[in-house]
Amino acid sequence: MADYRMPSLGADMDDGTLLRWLVNPGDAVRRGDVVAVVETTKGAIDVEIFQDGVIDTLVVEPGSKVPVGAVLATLEPSGEEEAPTASVGSGPEPALHQPDSGPAIDSSVQNLEHRGARRRKVSPAARKRALELGVPLDELPGTGPDGAVTLADVESAVTVSSPGSGDAMRQTIASAMTRSKREIPHYYLDTEMHFEPAMEWLASQNAERSVTERLLYVVLLVKGIATALRDYPELNGHRRQGRFVAAERIHVGVAIALRGGGLVAPAIRNADRMDLDSLMQALRDLVQRARSGGLRGSEVADPTITLTSLGDLSVDRVYPVIYPPQVAIVGFGTPVLRPWVLGERVVPRRVIHGSLAADHRVSDGHRGGLFLRQVDRLLQEPENL
Amino acid sequence: MTDEEINRAVLEALAKAVPGEELGNLDPQQSFRDQLDIDSIDFLNFITALHGRLGVDIPDVDATRLSSLQGCLDYLRERAPRLTG
Repeated sequence: MADYRMPSLGADMDDGTLLRWLVNPGDAVRRGDVVAVVETTKGAIDVEIFQDGVIDTLVVEPGSKVPVGAVLATLEPSGEEEAPTASVGSGPEPALHQPDSGPAIDSSVQNLEHRGARRRKVSPAARKRALELGVPLDELPGTGPDGAVTLADVESAVTVSSPGSGDAMRQTIASAMTRSKREIPHYYLDTEMHFEPAMEWLASQNAERSVTERLLYVVLLVKGIATALRDYPELNGHRRQGRFVAAERIHVGVAIALRGGGLVAPAIRNADRMDLDSLMQALRDLVQRARSGGLRGSEVADPTITLTSLGDLSVDRVYPVIYPPQVAIVGFGTPVLRPWVLGERVVPRRVIHGSLAADHRVSDGHRGGLFLRQVDRLLQEPENL
Repeated sequence: MTDEEINRAVLEALAKAVPGEELGNLDPQQSFRDQLDIDSIDFLNFITALHGRLGVDIPDVDATRLSSLQGCLDYLRERAPRLTG
């Protein structure tokens, strides 16, 4: 019998609330199947199982908040075993900083009720609905008698609290960024790139495409970064337990701003192997799910580098902060029209600033600069991306 | 198509692309981007929704004309004969 445990969906996650089981005892599951929905500070996440088998017992009831590593269910493995770590649950990111994660979970913790539900007056209908929707009750203002939370309070909170309730997400960002700035000696590089060829090529492509197939320039950035990273493994991976582990794959996290504040940076997996159309589809899908719920555990947990692109209405430059345990983040400002020297002439051209913040314990500015130049070179020939 | 119908279609497409944004007090002359939290993917989703709703093809070069309520009205009016066909 194997255990399926609460996965860690990033270094900043300590616990999660099981909202829903999507499987029943006796169901056959395959590696990669989504088996449950877990509420985290990043919103409601669909979590996958990383082993083939048949579900035996669902140990944790929906509504329970349990620490990372707690046994959620048991299953009878089938076929050949994956690596031994497979039984430790999903998520390539072990909660290393988390001393009390692991198999020995106090059963009283498992039975803990949805936090706040004990302290606040909550109508039964509101409680039921809150669990269905993943609304944390302890952050909800109640308008009923004695400040009790009513069904209407829960319903009206949904647009704000899913995905990721504001306060909880703010705390998550705060702790990840504080850790980053405290622990990671960042170095920063910034370069101006000629962006006219990319924008002209894009316009010519889009002229022939229907509305649903149009490309945005950000996919050129994702592809350029992913392709260049093949030659710069020291920027692609994680620093764990005091040493750098280069990632075998290239999963580019894309920072997505959420309405009402906060952001998430889920991964476009294997971005270097995707063509621009697939990247665009993946990006649209990811943005939509980031904002309405339904991100997968693997997407949230395993970016190997992050891209933050300010879009076309912001400022020229960004000096981003690395998401631990990643070791680099690439930033792009807003493309702007600037004087550009072309041969002997000065001409108006669109340019874009690309920047890199990287972990100086792992790489040096020299290599970082070569990497950014490589991205620049690739963007000059968008037709080859 | 009447102006009112166009207006309603535009607001519906916007509501789909930027859920949760207040659309009641939009200044028709001002761009959506100055009034709403709308990024390039949202805008693409808006155009896509409009395309789906009205079945009108919107070439990429024309997309900038749809950046305000008034712009949408002017542009879609031009195409209205074809829409009502």
